[in-house]
Amino acid sequence: MDLLSNLGLGLATAVTPENLLYCLAGVFLGTLIGVLPGLGPTATIAMLLPVTFTLPPVSALIMLAGIYYGSQYGGSTTSILVNVPGEAASVVTTLDGYQMARQGRAGVALATSAISSFFAGTVATCLLALFAPPLAELALKFGPSEYFSLMVLGLLASVVLAQGSLLHAVGMVVLGLLLGLIGTDVNSGVRRFTFDVPQLADGIGFVVVAMGMFGLAEIIRNLGCEDCRSVEVPKITSLMPTREDWKRMVPSILRGTTIGSLLGILPGSGSILGAFAAYSIEKKISKHGAGFGKGMIEGVAAPESANNAGAQTSFIPMLTLGIPSNPVMALMVGAMIIQGISPGPSVMTDQPALFWGIIASMWIGNLFLIILNLPMIGMWVRIATVPYHHLFPTILVFCGIGVFSLKNTEFDIFFMAIFGLLGYLFTKLDCEPAPMLLAFILGPLMEEYLRRAMLLSRGDWTVFFTRPISATLLSLGLLAIIAASLPALVRKRDEAFRKD
Amino acid sequence: MALRNPKDFWTGIIYVAVGTLFIVIARDYTMGTALKMGPAYFPTILSVLLILIGCASLVRSFIKPGSPIGGLAIKGLLIVSVSIILFGLLLRSAGLIIALPLLVVGSAAASSRFTWRYSIVLAAGLTVFCWLVFLKGLGVPIPLLGPWFGR
Repeated sequence: MDLLSNLGLGLATAVTPENLLYCLAGVFLGTLIGVLPGLGPTATIAMLLPVTFTLPPVSALIMLAGIYYGSQYGGSTTSILVNVPGEAASVVTTLDGYQMARQGRAGVALATSAISSFFAGTVATCLLALFAPPLAELALKFGPSEYFSLMVLGLLASVVLAQGSLLHAVGMVVLGLLLGLIGTDVNSGVRRFTFDVPQLADGIGFVVVAMGMFGLAEIIRNLGCEDCRSVEVPKITSLMPTREDWKRMVPSILRGTTIGSLLGILPGSGSILGAFAAYSIEKKISKHGAGFGKGMIEGVAAPESANNAGAQTSFIPMLTLGIPSNPVMALMVGAMIIQGISPGPSVMTDQPALFWGIIASMWIGNLFLIILNLPMIGMWVRIATVPYHHLFPTILVFCGIGVFSLKNTEFDIFFMAIFGLLGYLFTKLDCEPAPMLLAFILGPLMEEYLRRAMLLSRGDWTVFFTRPISATLLSLGLLAIIAASLPALVRKRDEAFRKD
Repeated sequence: MALRNPKDFWTGIIYVAVGTLFIVIARDYTMGTALKMGPAYFPTILSVLLILIGCASLVRSFIKPGSPIGGLAIKGLLIVSVSIILFGLLLRSAGLIIALPLLVVGSAAASSRFTWRYSIVLAAGLTVFCWLVFLKGLGVPIPLLGPWFGR
């Protein structure tokens, strides 16, 4: 009964006219930017974050969440239509989705993606409502050592999921943690690593880093290969899947949703792992497995439901523990802090309307997506084919003004330029920026928890291994790293990412 | 000993360099003990870790073969960074009306498909849009015409 009354409270918060409007605006903007070539969810949220600062906290977070799953949905659309995944999680969708489009079944593929996403989103929202409260209760028992270990686990998981060399990714995490420490140390008041630049006293803003490494770096990289993009768009005829399609799609959606929801909860993973896992499992199980990669509907339904389910359930660790599981969630944590909410288990008890409002809004947002997007598909197609050289100056302008408006200082624009350069150089060296951004945000938190844990244990480092929950979390992280460095899996991992 | 993986090599160099830099700077701060950590404690641990990872990458670059780094998009890199920095410099002194079109037209020139006509139209449209949304609507303190114009 508690659940129902909570969900009721959430719905009441989410369906106020203004919150509905912000949800719709978020979903619309998210889809719009997700469809545009060359902008993923992280860059999108970083760019639009400053706009939400003026809103009340609930509306801001509802809008940001809408932008997140909207842009993910937009990414799937471009995967199917133009073979360009808007973001990592929809890479798998290109495999069969684009093939379906080339066979003249673009409409069906898009409808499948929409239906899968909606179903998965609905289930995952229910899961979120069911599992968030007990998890938050568990989290209240967490001491500083548990939090520290949990962050280690999250960072290790993000390393495993990064493209390219494992060693480089671990280095990026450490580098991110270090850069996160720049600024005034809260305990001693000492300004660390600021080179006496007063603008660095508060540290470097995470939005600045995100926009630089994901927005600018991406533009520079795209300018390096302007002809890499195909802009041929297949015609869309019928949207409706046939009866046979439905029969093949439903079991795939169910499996994809289950896998995606489970994997989405893991810290560090988000929706990417789910989409990959769902696709490869579907390939093994399905009767039509042999035809995968040639335009099988199961190959669209499974990863699409998995990535949407994962996108929703990745809110669980963020909302209950305050630990972001991927760069997008890290930005959400940052947004909450700016709004004056400290993310963690207490959010649910202190601000029930906010907590349940966000959850309820996710379901509404998913509904908006399906209503908004299928009829408007023609418009999205046209947007998806906007030539890149018309687009990137606009992105630069929004990045520039957006970053400036954070603190009204042009120094942030310069720092963004520096991080853009760094981001580009690092991708050239096979060092992925995603784990770095996550670490950048966790850096100061980790130091704080380490300090407290050591204070409580009187300087005894074994505390991380003697407290059961902490030990479990650390061994999980270790296991993930060991598994990822096994030769057989290394090959699998490379294969999975090569399709990028 | 031949260099087999330039990506590993340069990543290693960067990691070792950054790690060393942070350690050297952190020597000015108090170290403290595990029980009572000073501001230098955590950064020093991280820097040592980073140096170790960098060394591992360096060693590996001579053992395991890898692919070459590939050409840098120098032109795009320069134009994008210069135009965005110029934008930052001009934003408050010259105002949006100068900084924004310069950023749009300047960066658009990085593309091989650049045309004057389209860039100018885009710059004009964006200036009006940003003026209405950011300056009027959201109240971002950027002047439309900066002090350079005696206002």
